[in-house]
Amino acid sequence: MIGGLFIYNHKGEVLISRVYRDDIGRNAVDAFRVNVIHARQQVRSPVTNIARTSFFHVKRSNIWLAAVTKQNVNAAMVFEFLYKMCDVMTAYFGKISEENIKNNFVLIYELLDEILDFGYPQNSETGALKTFITQQGIKGQVSEFSLTKEEQSQITSQVTGQIGWRREGIKYRRNELFLDVLESVNLLMSPQGQVLSAHVSGRVVMKSYLSGMPECKFGMNDKIVIDKQGKGATTEDAGKSGKQSIAIDDCTFHQCVRLSKFDSERSISFIPPDGEYELMRYRTTKDIILPFRVIPLVREVGRTKLEVKVVIKSNFKPSLLAQKIEVRIPTPLNTSGVQVICMKGKAKYKASENAIVWKIKRMAGMKESQISAEIELLPTNDKKKWARPPISMNFEVPFAPSGLKVRYLKVFESKLNYSDHDVIKWVRYIGRSGIYETRC
Amino acid sequence: MTDSKYFTTTKKGEIFELKAELNSDKKEKKKEAVKKVIASMTVGKDVSALFPDVVNCMQTDNLELKKLVYLYLMNYAKSQPDMAIMAVNTFVKDCEDPNPLIRALAVRTMGCIRVDKITEYLCEPLRKCLKDEDPYVRKTAAVCVAKLHDINAQLVEDQGFLDTLKDLISDSNPMVVANAVAALSEIAESHPNSNLLDLNPQTINKLLTALNECTEWGQIFILDCLANYTPRDDRESQSICERVTPRLSHANSAVVLSAVKVLMKFMEMLPKDLDYYGTLLKKLAPPLVTLLSAEPELQYVALRNINLIVQRRPEILKHEMKVFFVKYNDPIYVKLEKLDIMIRLASQANIAQVLAELKEYATEVDVDFVRKAVRAIGRCAIKVEQSAERCVSTLLDLIQTKVNYVVQEAIVVIKDIFRKYPNKYESVIATLCENLDSLDEPEARAAMIWIVGEYAERIDNADELLESFLEGFHDESTQVQLQLLTAIVKLFLKKPTETQELVQQVLSLATQDSDNPDLRDRGYIYWRLLSTDPVAAKEVVLAEKPLISEETDLIEPTLLEELICHIGTLASVYHKPPSAFVEGSRGVQHKRLTGNAGSGESVESPDTGSAAGATEAPPAVIPSQGDLLGDLLNLDLTPPTTTGPPPPISSGMQMGAMDLLGGGLDSLPPIPLRTDTPQSPQLPHQSPSPPDYSPTEVGPGDHAGPVKLGGDLGGNPAMGTGFGGAPAVMPASFSAPVSGGLDDLFDLGGGVGLPMGAYNPPKTVWLPAMKAKGLEITGVFVRRAGVIQMEMTLNNKAMSVMTDFAIQFNRNSFGLAPAGPLQILTPLGPNQSIEAALPLSTVGPVMKMEPLNNLQVAVKNNIDVFYFSCQYPISMLFVEDGKMERQVFLATWKDIPNDNEAQFQIKDCHLNSDAASNKLQSSNIFTIAKRKVEGQDMLYQSMKLTNGIWVLAELRVQTGNPNYTISLKCRAPEVSQCVFQNYEAVLKN
Repeated sequence: MIGGLFIYNHKGEVLISRVYRDDIGRNAVDAFRVNVIHARQQVRSPVTNIARTSFFHVKRSNIWLAAVTKQNVNAAMVFEFLYKMCDVMTAYFGKISEENIKNNFVLIYELLDEILDFGYPQNSETGALKTFITQQGIKGQVSEFSLTKEEQSQITSQVTGQIGWRREGIKYRRNELFLDVLESVNLLMSPQGQVLSAHVSGRVVMKSYLSGMPECKFGMNDKIVIDKQGKGATTEDAGKSGKQSIAIDDCTFHQCVRLSKFDSERSISFIPPDGEYELMRYRTTKDIILPFRVIPLVREVGRTKLEVKVVIKSNFKPSLLAQKIEVRIPTPLNTSGVQVICMKGKAKYKASENAIVWKIKRMAGMKESQISAEIELLPTNDKKKWARPPISMNFEVPFAPSGLKVRYLKVFESKLNYSDHDVIKWVRYIGRSGIYETRC
Repeated sequence: MTDSKYFTTTKKGEIFELKAELNSDKKEKKKEAVKKVIASMTVGKDVSALFPDVVNCMQTDNLELKKLVYLYLMNYAKSQPDMAIMAVNTFVKDCEDPNPLIRALAVRTMGCIRVDKITEYLCEPLRKCLKDEDPYVRKTAAVCVAKLHDINAQLVEDQGFLDTLKDLISDSNPMVVANAVAALSEIAESHPNSNLLDLNPQTINKLLTALNECTEWGQIFILDCLANYTPRDDRESQSICERVTPRLSHANSAVVLSAVKVLMKFMEMLPKDLDYYGTLLKKLAPPLVTLLSAEPELQYVALRNINLIVQRRPEILKHEMKVFFVKYNDPIYVKLEKLDIMIRLASQANIAQVLAELKEYATEVDVDFVRKAVRAIGRCAIKVEQSAERCVSTLLDLIQTKVNYVVQEAIVVIKDIFRKYPNKYESVIATLCENLDSLDEPEARAAMIWIVGEYAERIDNADELLESFLEGFHDESTQVQLQLLTAIVKLFLKKPTETQELVQQVLSLATQDSDNPDLRDRGYIYWRLLSTDPVAAKEVVLAEKPLISEETDLIEPTLLEELICHIGTLASVYHKPPSAFVEGSRGVQHKRLTGNAGSGESVESPDTGSAAGATEAPPAVIPSQGDLLGDLLNLDLTPPTTTGPPPPISSGMQMGAMDLLGGGLDSLPPIPLRTDTPQSPQLPHQSPSPPDYSPTEVGPGDHAGPVKLGGDLGGNPAMGTGFGGAPAVMPASFSAPVSGGLDDLFDLGGGVGLPMGAYNPPKTVWLPAMKAKGLEITGVFVRRAGVIQMEMTLNNKAMSVMTDFAIQFNRNSFGLAPAGPLQILTPLGPNQSIEAALPLSTVGPVMKMEPLNNLQVAVKNNIDVFYFSCQYPISMLFVEDGKMERQVFLATWKDIPNDNEAQFQIKDCHLNSDAASNKLQSSNIFTIAKRKVEGQDMLYQSMKLTNGIWVLAELRVQTGNPNYTISLKCRAPEVSQCVFQNYEAVLKN
């Protein structure tokens, strides 16, 4: 299991050092600093073995988190734990920075004591942790000593219990929930416009402000469910719904979702955590609506000039508006000057980023826009060819490129006197660009 | 409120000040002081001197302060064991606290203090806590047992904690179960033989129930533990799999990977024909793909594991190639792993896409990645034969970029492509040679040298190229030196006349001027070999190489099985067994997959499949390694009988080589020229034995009259010209430069006289191009120096290159069979033709054919197998000692019943009897006697077939009459017709 956990700043100074196992000595802290942080080269692996000691690390801004072990641990678990650790810290004190870590080091030690016992990860749900590990100064000095016996056992049963993510007795005057379907559409297209790979990775994020211990059921236009229902319905219905359903390649759920029920009935039922959390993640690869098409044209004119023309076409309903459109056209390292002409938006050559950045605030569907640029190059005797990185694009569209639709979200709370109809529900779809690249 | 100030105190009297603050009466001040101590501890300062003062702060009702003090204790108790005892009372008291959080904290901390005295006091509170009413305390106590076991294993056993821990597996709280499982698993690991984790169907059922309810981490502990269980039968296996599969949808990647581990392991037990087996396979792919959208570090872990899974069960991800395409922003470690998996998944179906991607990658920036991409192109060529051509042209494009490391990497892989597809892509050699100067890495230099040596006969200036490398011989790495030595020896064996100096130079560099024992030994071996027996040298150095395997970098099957049992863990990331990186006794147990014996698993599983592929005997045309090895071990340095005598060309050259060495290398004792060259056994047969035929000998009664045999023989004009004309009958393929070294051969050959003017029928078309996808074979059978040869011209009339020629005969009347493989070493390009001489033996299987001299032949090349039949002149089978003694002749003639006599007419033949006799003799038809009867010459002749059948003939030649009459007598009258046809053919030509 995990033998120790260290947090370093970018210089390699230790900010937090917690050793869980006897086989990890103080020298391990230095070994990682010397061999990885000070190595001054690109990280070639997130797992490093130094003198029979394995170091797992992740980096958040310029902070290094490293887990150390001498055993054959579950590597996936260690990384998942490090990410979780980052989530917990962020939930407690915001951004992970040297300053914040130094300011909260007592809290961090307290957390590390609670969520990692002898190197075994324990309950690390922030919702549960916040009930008994509190950040002084914000929530005030709430010590467990002031809790009643009931409160104490409530805490322990929540931390160890089946529904470790939600506490009892939550009350809201207005029962309300917000559903965000957030998708990022990824594309890799060849210069000839052939789709090399495309997939949507989506998340359903829920903000729930519901009283009691509500039982929820979530439904979407999942092809498997629709087809199953379609069998009983008339052919017309089946045809209609068949068109709208989507094939989900795979999905994963927050631990509140009953997986065995999903496996047998494909229904998504759960008792939600309070507040914001990610209900599910999914991935689709079929029938993806690609909101934009990028058509690049790069011509090398002699050794010192490059002509670039890029056309973008929007491919969705004309009534919808895409926002925050940004096209990034890479330029060679030896660029000396760039002249740009674009029909719409603003374009700038950013020497520090080696790219022409073309920004358009809004663009309706079924439109087309174009940019052309002349790039002057310095003559070099560098033999290495310019790698021609792909043209990348960012945007945001108000629909789900996968075609996913929320069909329902039902809330049942038998003990309290509110029904599904009393809950105010909001649904929003946002499609963003993931890695949306066209080779040129 | 900022705590960061605690990190900034660097004053000198710090410890002293802290001491004062710790003993302050004010709670706040105390707490501040402890925080400062912890901060100093974190950055590595030694604050152990404050031990008593900090411990004094322990007695507090402020939980935050208590926790800080505990943290300090855990760090320093070991260095201050005597003082640590001061804390015991507080711990024991806290274990009784009404607040479960305090109880748990106390027992958790006590377990972390590795001081014997504390441990002793821990036992009682721990026993209580294991049975505490609060699950939070129980789950903490469960882990504490593992802690205690790490400090004092004996104590844990003596106190009976292990049994209590086992009971916790049945606890009502899932988290307690999970922690108990984790603790037990760890303890069990250090007691490999204990039955500690007594997994039986009941406990498994409990674990599976807890699996649905506990935290994500607990699920990992339980799944990892389940993976160690061996189900009793396939039904149990299936039911566990069914209950584990829902975990594949968990958001936590570690849960998914651990579930994959359980499924991969238990699948081995399932019968392949089960529907569920197929369902399970299908269910595994999507979650594995989903892992690739996790954070990069997890992607890396996932990819390392997928690499294993793909090797074990390639069918799972065979359609998912695209998800492994490299993204521009992937970290380098993800890119490299993806590339590895892409190659493993490459197949004919997706090769076009893969190649396009690889070409893209080869232009990226990261040197390692680009190299790997180039290497991947080569591996694709080797793996997917249909793509080889495109891969080669892609590699050539890349070589044209002149980027140094790309060129070098490309050359290294092209070498492998040459090995895999011999004689197919040699046209690219010229391009490779152009880049000779830019090679600065040993591996690339060695590869290039190998290519030059291997194809020395195609590269005009091979000697110059190798010589240029030789100049800096001592600066080269061992790899290059060894390769250079071998290449030059190869070159010498191929072009002996021009490269004698070079080979001497390299041999002396390797043997005399080098300190490297490997190099010196190899040098000596070559030297001895060349001087002792060049034939053997050739057999050894230029031997056929076994084909290289398609898959490279495969993990050895037993290791792979072990690693599959460790999916998700560090072992699967390092691709090493745990024992390779874990110290001590822990983790040295080797886990194995347990397959279902009855399911035929091993036959279908990919690892055994690939193992079989590796050991599979190469196609029959290539002598397997075993054969070659056997021959070497027999130390029979004459060519092995299985391959038969090589065609004369090679033996001639070898003799030349021998002469050169004998004279040139004084340091070794000159070895006398061996005469038992392949032809030698046949040589005596060829020589006529004149003493047998005395002119005074009188024939038997009915052939009365003296016969002047001696004169016939001596005056044979063919014999006279035999010496000088010998080279003219040598095959045209004899290249001029070699002839200088051939004199010895001709001395031997000339002594017995090569028959001149022997009847050589013209080549006829045996296999028309129409029938053989463009391969045309014309050929003729000849008997030269006692060796029957099939001389063929292979003509490629197709558009593609032909390689891998091989030949086989059907059973035939006289047991003709190839005496060696068809020696066509170079690929046959479009519109090229090549001459080949195949020596034949007559020891093959026999079956009577109709007509008797019919031969059915199968020829194979890289395109297909083709069949044709041809008829050989029976004179091929007439042996050189077919001359019967006269008495025997007479007796035999009488002895053979008259029924067996056959008479034929040969029309329009204008030769006189002497000329006819000479002509026939060249076909091993020997005239025993001649007499004149009533104006016509009677020639009595005999011939013997390879299978020992004698044919006797009486040829009547009437002066002025162009029609001859021939009577044949033979015990096997079937051959008469053939023999007659042969007479006719010989005499009329």
